[in-house]
Amino acid sequence: MEKNKYQDLVKKHTPKENRLYNGIIAFITGGIMGVIGQFLIEVYVSYLNISTKEAGTFMIITLIFIGCLLTCFGFFDKWVNFAKAGLFVPITGFAHAMQSAALDYKKEGLVTGIGACMLKLTGSVIIFGVVSAYIFGMIRLLIFGGNI
Amino acid sequence: MIYLNAFLFAGLICLIGQIILDNTKLTAGHVTTLFVVIGAFLDTFSLYDKFVLWAGGGALVPITSFGHLLIHGALDKASEYGFIGLAMGMFDLTSTGIISAIVISFILSIFFNPKS
Repeated sequence: MEKNKYQDLVKKHTPKENRLYNGIIAFITGGIMGVIGQFLIEVYVSYLNISTKEAGTFMIITLIFIGCLLTCFGFFDKWVNFAKAGLFVPITGFAHAMQSAALDYKKEGLVTGIGACMLKLTGSVIIFGVVSAYIFGMIRLLIFGGNI
Repeated sequence: MIYLNAFLFAGLICLIGQIILDNTKLTAGHVTTLFVVIGAFLDTFSLYDKFVLWAGGGALVPITSFGHLLIHGALDKASEYGFIGLAMGMFDLTSTGIISAIVISFILSIFFNPKS
């Protein structure tokens, strides 16, 4: 009885997150990131005279650079707290996670700090991506053969 | 028009991420990892290519495109060399993103100190 009462009290006083508000903010910020990506691609295509595919790579590098730099200046943490999924699902979140891990472990030295811990947060993305892509590729090759 | 598509597609993916984050106990790391796996799965049957044609940069910016690029490079090489091609081409298209992220954040972390 006492335990139930306590849990009810805890439930009552935990701050409720407004899910609708969070969702709308994430939708708008994510959409703006997508528009920025498309805008950068078109700028690169028209000013550097390269193909759309190359421009996509340039755009990803630009966004990673901006994400890393803003993380270093300390703005990005506040923005991620505000926009949540709107900023960590785009590629800037990848850059932010890597940069903040590198900065956090800097005090432990270059090799044991930055070198060993830089991929602490983003390593799971790379590892799961590679393993799943390998398995899916294997399935595709086994079912459909080599000609794609 | 493609700007609207980009806005809708990127926004929709972020909205799905936010819904997963709010309604389950998964953290941000889980969500991004899940999205990479979903992106790789969608491109196994060349579905994600159509999204890229439709939404342009809007489909390339979310982390799902990372999985898409991984398996795209792997299948490109696999059509030429067979099973060993999967391992040869896996990083063909993503290496620019991973390597620039590592180099940039290493160099920047030498010059900057963490803000507490």
